[in-house]
This record gives sequence, structure tokens and C-alpha cells, in this order.
Amino acid sequence: MITIEAVEKKFGDTVVIPPLSLRIQEGEFLTILGPSGCGKTTLLRMIAGFEQPTAGSMLLDGENIVDLPPYKRDMNLVFQHYALFPHMTVEQNIRFGLKMKKIPAAEQKKRAGEAMRLTQLTALSNRKPSQLSGGQQQRVAIARAIVNNPKVLLLDEPLGALDFKLRKDLQRELKQLQRNLGITFVYVTHDQEEAMSMSDRIAVMNEGRIEQIGTPQEIYHQPKTLFVAGFIGENNIMEVRSSRIAVRPERMNIRLLDEPTVVEGRICTIEDTEFVGNMEKLYVRDQETSESFIVYCYGSEPFQGQKGGEVRVSWRKEDEVKLQ
Amino acid sequence: MRKGRLLALPAVVWLAVFFLLPIGFVFVLSFWERGTYGELIKSFTLQNFGRVFDPLYGRVLWETLKIAILTTVLCLIIGYPFAYTVTMVSKRRQSILLLLVTIPFWINFLVRSYAWIVILRSQGVVNTLLQKLGLIHEPLQLLYNTPAVVLGMVYTLLPFMILPVYVSLEQFDKQRLEAAYDLGATPWQAFWSITLPLTMPGVAAGSILVFVSSIGMFVVSDMMGGSKVSLLGNVIQNQFLGARDWPFGAALSFMLVLLSILLIYLYYKVVRRYSAAKGGEEV
Repeated sequence: MITIEAVEKKFGDTVVIPPLSLRIQEGEFLTILGPSGCGKTTLLRMIAGFEQPTAGSMLLDGENIVDLPPYKRDMNLVFQHYALFPHMTVEQNIRFGLKMKKIPAAEQKKRAGEAMRLTQLTALSNRKPSQLSGGQQQRVAIARAIVNNPKVLLLDEPLGALDFKLRKDLQRELKQLQRNLGITFVYVTHDQEEAMSMSDRIAVMNEGRIEQIGTPQEIYHQPKTLFVAGFIGENNIMEVRSSRIAVRPERMNIRLLDEPTVVEGRICTIEDTEFVGNMEKLYVRDQETSESFIVYCYGSEPFQGQKGGEVRVSWRKEDEVKLQ
Repeated sequence: MRKGRLLALPAVVWLAVFFLLPIGFVFVLSFWERGTYGELIKSFTLQNFGRVFDPLYGRVLWETLKIAILTTVLCLIIGYPFAYTVTMVSKRRQSILLLLVTIPFWINFLVRSYAWIVILRSQGVVNTLLQKLGLIHEPLQLLYNTPAVVLGMVYTLLPFMILPVYVSLEQFDKQRLEAAYDLGATPWQAFWSITLPLTMPGVAAGSILVFVSSIGMFVVSDMMGGSKVSLLGNVIQNQFLGARDWPFGAALSFMLVLLSILLIYLYYKVVRRYSAAKGGEEV
């Protein structure tokens, strides 16, 4: 669908994105995930046409779009702060794109009506953006984009300004919408949980580079690099047999020293415990190597270990993930 | 609240002494009569206001409005693109350009008007240059006509258009423009449907400032229009200083003030409509 080939972006002498290649497949929900300043928004803006790459090519359905201005690209962007038109009603906002393309008024009305139905805005069609809540404004921004039937919908942290509960609801709605419409979504976020729950594939970005691209499961269970292992969820990263490995805290076993059945594992001191509701988080330090680990304890009985107590920590060999 | 009122006191006193008092005096004066030698006779007559609607002054008013409208439109056509350019360049260039806009205020207005006379008169810079180049044989009449007055007014009042328009363009969220491009608007379409409507408060403010200033202005028409162009401001000045008919001059002034107030009221209506639309836009 979209093929990005050796695209590079420099601002003056600063390289923001060193040559980067990425293939986005038709109908997928691809998330570009990374910390702020990693170049993810710049990449998205290059796809949308607001930034010109310094080098490289970008193909949309085989057609080179690098030199096309944004208004000639068959894709739409949902802006982080929505960028709604304050002097227009909800319906006028949504019809804007159709109006610009000189689509007959009757069809404009029909398509806008459909988009408002999909985003549950029908009752608000005559409101001005200033009379809407954050979540409603966000829906207008999405309706305004999808009404154009773009080949690709680009979303730049569209839920970033909303509170937690609303964000969770809208994540599901967005995912549902994407499935129903079958449009390719390219979604930019720094929120790994959001990326995990919505995406078909995730591209983890760091310092302008794509560190790893894969399904949420692959990204979580088989991180390839130190950055991915540390950025997605919590991880225990250590040097074992001269290679660097990562073991997820929920894969670690922890036993009290006086349990007679346990003989192997590292002897650690509990430095801190944290009760998080569905589990207990234990921060422990290896007495020999003084490496620190995080261990998640699930289970119906609270873990008996006390702060300062000694425990044995172990993990299975197959739960070790080798990092580059 | 009380503290707030106290802080406003100097401004209130200033306005009362230098604005309300004179306006009140002009208002009262406009009902008085002029004696044979120009002295003021306290009375109550509507005669002065009747004279305002004399066809002779009707023509002056019409001419004044024509020039004011033309000046406003020209200031807008020149000022808007300029202000737009200012917001597009780097911060450093922005301050240079804005400095250039304000520098003329440092020089006395009369001096600047004389400079135009030096440039435009028969043996002036422009005519001499065109003759040397052989483009014309006779000097052109560039001064003492309506175009010269409009030129002088546009020159004088342009900053009053540029600055408010610049402020509203500066506040305009460029991401909205990007959103318009993204939705398929060409730069031209985006300008007409997004940028211009959202910078209307600046355009309205600039237009009112230019328009109101130009209907009251008499120095430019006096110097660059000569005796050929007589505007409302000139008539008023003449009533006070030449004809010594203060009551009639006061009546004319008062009509001018009313017209200005009406325009400012209309301006507030425009602004309120747009700010109501913009209210709470920040998320």
C-alpha cells in the first residue's frame, strides 16, 4: 500500500530521521510507537505531505507521492489537537473536504450523514466545535477525515488530550471503526498500552530509526533490541554468559529461602514491594552480582516475603530473550 | 474589585477631561447660533443640523466617504498580504519588517507629507526622472487631485491596517491551514474558507481604524489635494478657523462622531460573532 524507501529527513545539519524504509500493508492498523522526539510525528507528516523528505521515495499504490502537495494525496490526517474549523458547524466541518473536491451537495449531505452516524455525531450536527467536549471534538476530527474515503488514515496521537477512561473507550471505537471501514490506519503514539491494544503491527521508533516492527505479541515477547525490551512494559535486562538477555517480570519465579523444594536460583534481598491490585511487584537485588530485578507475583495468597527478607529468584531458560 | 476600579481611575479621569468634556462641549455648541462677527450666541436651534443635510455638504460627505472607502480597500489590499508575509518569515526578519512599519511614526507627519510633495510636484523626483528617461515630455499632474489624496491617506494609515491584521494572523493556528490542505483544499481555497474568515476580527479592526481616521483627516487633503479636494475634515476645520462658524462646525463634528461610533459598534458585532465561534477552542 505505502512503501517508504530510504526516506531521510534533516533540519539543517541535524539528522532527524536517517534513511528509513517501511512497508505499510493494505487494511492494516499500523502503529508507530516511540518516545517523544523520536521522529515519529515527522515521519507521519512526511507521509501526509507537510514535510518534504531530504532524500528517498514514498509510493502510494505504486505511485510516487514525494512531490505531491498534501491536498493531492489520497490520505487524511487526524491532528493531535484536532484543528477543527471553529467558524463552522460540525456538519460543515465534516463536509469541508467534499466541498473542496466539488462533490455535489446532495452527495455531500449523504456522506456526511453516514460519517456522523458512524461517529455518533448525528445529534450534534449543528453545534460549533466550541460547544463540544474533547471526546466529541475528537470524533468530529475523525469523521471529517473518513468522510473522504481516504486510502490511508493517518492519526497523530489523536487521543493524547483526553482523560484515561475516555481514551480507553475511544481506543475500542477507533479499532472497531477501522475494522468496519477496512481503511489502512497509520497511528502515531507514545503510549505503549494504546499501541498494544489497537494495532495489527507496531513499529517501535527510537532516535529516528525503526528498532523493530511486528505484531504486538512479537514486540512484547521477542524484543530484538535493548531499547524495545526496555520501552515496552517492564523488563529485567542482564548479562548472562556474555550476551544480553531480557526476562519479563511475570516470568520470574520467586521463593522464600526456607522452602525446601527450591535449590536453584539467585539469592536476592527484597528492597521494596508494591501492591498494584491484581499482583504484587517486588524489587529485589542479587546479593552476589548486585543486579536488580522486578518480579511480579500473581496468586490468591499475598507473597510472604518482607522488605529486607531473602528470597531465591529463578527463571526458565526458554523465557530468556536474547537482545542484539 | 475596588482595587481594580482604583487602577482604572487615571484612565477614567483622562477620558473625562480630554474626551467626554470636549465632546460634550461640541454637542452643546452645535445647538448654539453664530453671531454676525462669529461670536457665539447661547440658544437652542436645530438649524445647524439642518444645514448638515444641505446638498453642498452632501456632496462633501459623499466625496469623503468615497475617499475613505477607497483608502480602506487599498490599505486592506496592500496591508493584508504584507502582514501575511510578515508572519511567514523568520522571527528576526519579522521584527525588522515590523520596525519598518512603525519607523514612519518617528518622523513628524507634516515632514512626511512635505516629502511627498517634493516627490510628486511638477519639478519633483518622479517627474524629473520620467522626463530624463524620455518617457514623458510634459510634467504629469501628480499632486492636488483625488488620487494624490488617496495616496497620502493610504501611506499615512497603512500601519493601522497592517498591525491589527498581523496580530490576528499571528494568533491564527496554522494547523487549521494544514487541516484544510489535508482535506483537499488548494492554497487559494484554504485562504478564502479558513484563513480569511478566522482573521476577520483583525481585518475589521484595521478597516475601522483606517476608515474612521480617513473620514476625519484634513491635513492630507489640505496639503496633497490643494483647493481641489475638500473633505468633511477640511470643511470642519474651515468652519472653526476660517468661517468662524463654530456652531455649524460643531454640528458637523458631532455627525462625524456619531458615524464613527456606529462603525465601531458594527465592528464589535463582527468581533463578537467570530470570538463566540472561537471561544473555548483550546483543548
